Amino acid sequence: MKHLLSTEDLSLANAVRILDTAEEMSSVGEREVKKLPALRGRTVVNLFFEDSTRTRISFEAAAKRLSADVINFAAKGSSVSKGESLKDTAQTLSAMGADAVVIRHWASGAPHRLAATDWIDAAVINAGDGTHEHPTQALLDAFTMRRHWTKLSGLPSTGADLRGMRVAIAGDVLHSRVARSNVWLLRTLGADVTLVAPPTLLPIGVERWPCSISYDMDETLEKGVDAVMMLRVQGERMNASFFPSTREYSRRWGFDDNRLRALDSLGLKDTIIMHPGPMNRGLEISAAAADSPRSTVLAQVKNGVSIRMAALYLLLSGDTREPAATLKESS
Amino acid sequence: MTSVTQAPVPARVVLNQADIDRALTRIAHEILEANKGSQDLVLLGIPRRGYPLAVRLAQKIAAADPAVDAAAIVGQLDVTMFRDDLSHQPTRPPHRTQLPLTGIDNKVVVLIDDVLYSGRTIRAALDALVDLGRPRIVRLAVLIDRGHRELPIRADHVGKNLPTSSAEKVRVRLEETDAVDGQTVNEVVIEGGA
Amino acid sequence: MAEETTYLIRGAAILGGDAEDLLIRDGVIAARGADLSQTDTAAGATEIDADGLVALPGMVDVHTHLREPGREDAETVETGTRAAALGGFTAVHAMANSTPVADTAGVVEQVYSLGRAAGWVDVRPVGAVTVGLAGEQLAELGAMHDSRAQVRMFSDDGICVHDPVLMRRALEYVKAFDGVVAQHAQEPRLTAGAQMNEGEVSAVLGLTGWPAVAEESIIARDVLLAQHVGSRLHVCHVSTAGSVEIIRWAKSRGINVTAEVTPHHLLLTDDLVRSYDPVYKVNPPLRTNDDVQALRAALADGTIDVVGTDHAPHPSEHKECEWAQAAMGMTGLETALSVVQHAMIETGLMTWADFARVTSTSPAGIGRLTDQGRPLEKGEPANIVLVDPGARWTVDPSAMATMGRNSPFRGMELPGKVVATFFKGHPTVLDGKLNTPYRYPSEAPVAGAAGAY
Repeated sequence: MKHLLSTEDLSLANAVRILDTAEEMSSVGEREVKKLPALRGRTVVNLFFEDSTRTRISFEAAAKRLSADVINFAAKGSSVSKGESLKDTAQTLSAMGADAVVIRHWASGAPHRLAATDWIDAAVINAGDGTHEHPTQALLDAFTMRRHWTKLSGLPSTGADLRGMRVAIAGDVLHSRVARSNVWLLRTLGADVTLVAPPTLLPIGVERWPCSISYDMDETLEKGVDAVMMLRVQGERMNASFFPSTREYSRRWGFDDNRLRALDSLGLKDTIIMHPGPMNRGLEISAAAADSPRSTVLAQVKNGVSIRMAALYLLLSGDTREPAATLKESS
Repeated sequence: MTSVTQAPVPARVVLNQADIDRALTRIAHEILEANKGSQDLVLLGIPRRGYPLAVRLAQKIAAADPAVDAAAIVGQLDVTMFRDDLSHQPTRPPHRTQLPLTGIDNKVVVLIDDVLYSGRTIRAALDALVDLGRPRIVRLAVLIDRGHRELPIRADHVGKNLPTSSAEKVRVRLEETDAVDGQTVNEVVIEGGA
Repeated sequence: MAEETTYLIRGAAILGGDAEDLLIRDGVIAARGADLSQTDTAAGATEIDADGLVALPGMVDVHTHLREPGREDAETVETGTRAAALGGFTAVHAMANSTPVADTAGVVEQVYSLGRAAGWVDVRPVGAVTVGLAGEQLAELGAMHDSRAQVRMFSDDGICVHDPVLMRRALEYVKAFDGVVAQHAQEPRLTAGAQMNEGEVSAVLGLTGWPAVAEESIIARDVLLAQHVGSRLHVCHVSTAGSVEIIRWAKSRGINVTAEVTPHHLLLTDDLVRSYDPVYKVNPPLRTNDDVQALRAALADGTIDVVGTDHAPHPSEHKECEWAQAAMGMTGLETALSVVQHAMIETGLMTWADFARVTSTSPAGIGRLTDQGRPLEKGEPANIVLVDPGARWTVDPSAMATMGRNSPFRGMELPGKVVATFFKGHPTVLDGKLNTPYRYPSEAPVAGAAGAY
């Protein structure tokens, strides 16, 4: 296991291994000494070409709980003409002895470039690239869903997948790396996924994805759903004619108070409401929905640290004296 | 009573089911004796095979002392993250650490493992314990002590001392962890060697 | 100084047909016959054993980026035309998007002069349609036509002439001197921020899509404009099955349209983008396998007239970066023959005679080059390429003559090697290696000529 770049090529065995490891990691956060010595002496660089305080501190907490040294590198001047190129940055980090690079980049595929080139020989973890993938977000979402799903069935979560679980992912799928990573991972874990969005915010080619497509939020709820994941929608999309107005958007595709009540009247008492954050309260999710007992928003944040600990541990703890197999090939 | 499965050809059975049971019974009594009773006892098994051995010992202690609730004194201590060879071995997924509800502060913790060899696992276990609390006493019980220590560590209670060469492998098979095709196995075998 | 050496090419399969000898003297084919070695005219000729080789008319590229003036770090006329000669070309059309833009007689004459000074191939500058490629005002098309560079083809390549009125005027205006407007068909609003073909792969990769309709809608509009004003339209680098259908329809209506396809669009698909390696980033983007098959069929049946390389060298730092940051374009001069042989001839879709049509005769016709794309007959200009069709080689960009290392065929094993290229009767390439450039008799040295402007 060398890199974590996407969930599209993550095998079921590796996905479950990460979730199971995260289960064990989660107990560390509840102890008095919230630290394990596993990555003592290893250096993790958070290389952020795009601002994301939430993701950065989650990775930082994860690395520190595993006793790794953390270097935060906010590379904001990301234009080749103006700033340092990705290649030069990578070679600099390599010279500094980075063992893992956690990279957030506005350009889709930037983590793949780091992993595929000889610019740096470190484990690469994709912390969100453009509109491509955000694998650790999908893993923490799946972790949150698995705990909920296994609690309902009374089975242990370790080793379990999500077979039979019905998940709706609603919102700006077109621009969402979270949606993409979730679709692939949830498929691998056996869940039934429905994407709910205005047609303008679904990519051309989505009909080939392993999921159902709906343009109707209420119909999706009526069919029964175990988790509803609301995606962040940028109000500015309105200016590019993706939808007529934020008001129309939230009425048709947002999770508002009416839909929160509908869950009760439809008898969906165990349905959870998820959001990767940061939320646009009043746009894609109402305050009541975000703060309801169904909301898993804070649990997702908490689980994020466990998932990132698991990813860092599994990528960095192996035998460093031999060329490691890639995540795709292992298992 | 004889071993329930046929061992592989080069392997030699050194403890069968009855031997293991006898050894555990003796260790259980030694633990009670050393502790002058069952008070404050916590048995922590080291995954994977230390944990079922800890459960069996707890049951034997409970049988000897009706005041003891076996389930309440046994736990599991994962040492994976504390090992000193993490970057020299293939990645090991961690196991769960579960302490008895009483915790370990001021307790008499008996660490339990199947085979004591280099002593490095126990070193890792002692480090793991430090992060979880402060026991009054820590003792060590193992089913097999095969020698070849690399650290100043010794067991307080030993099921069987087994002189081995380092080329040999000592395999402990327990029904809780090593059942194959529904067949239960409880034995210790030595494989390979000169 | 005149070319003095006489060459006798022995036993080459002419256009892949029967083996014959070709005698080259004074820049022309002096004789063609079954065995010329014993004839008096061949006395003293340097013999070239062409047993097993195919003789073709020198290839003519309608679409080359030589980068000079302005981006001499990417390519120069000298390096680009060396690459062209090695690739079997005897003429290239140098696209106008240099710095400064080739939108005046001065710039096109400079490029023309640099080409003659280099002496590896005919360099025919393409003039910009609009001033500065800005799409606002017609460039001095007539002045470029009348200049020494004799510009016949006009293009804002890289940028679409998207204003329909401006496109109409350009098409109309060039009728005055039998010019042709070569359109880069890309509706700009539908391709804002586009990174790759829009479809199944772009959806997965999260790269902004480049819909086929952005190309097809412009082609549809332009063929109708060409019909309306009765002018000549050339469509650059057609990349989609839908574009092929529109061009087929236009030709069936008698509209005077020609079309080109690049070698890479005949072979590669957008699946390669999954690697995020910008060597596969190109404009128009790599499309789907259905598109590739449609383009091959269209080239074979004549709907698409020519192969144009769209040779677009870039310095490595423009490709060693994130996909979105990377420049668009691929090198192609030194791989075109092999890729077309692989995609079209080895698949049985075309013969070597067809190859000569789409790489030499038709492109010379579009560019109105009178001494290129001629038959390999007695008295014709000796622009000839000898190809070993049985050779196989592995593409190594670092070994190429172009300064660009951005070949998408890197590491691929391809058939066909250029053994020799004759330009105006002079071997610019011999034994598969660069020989010496052709020297123009009357104006050598010509390097100073560029300074006049």
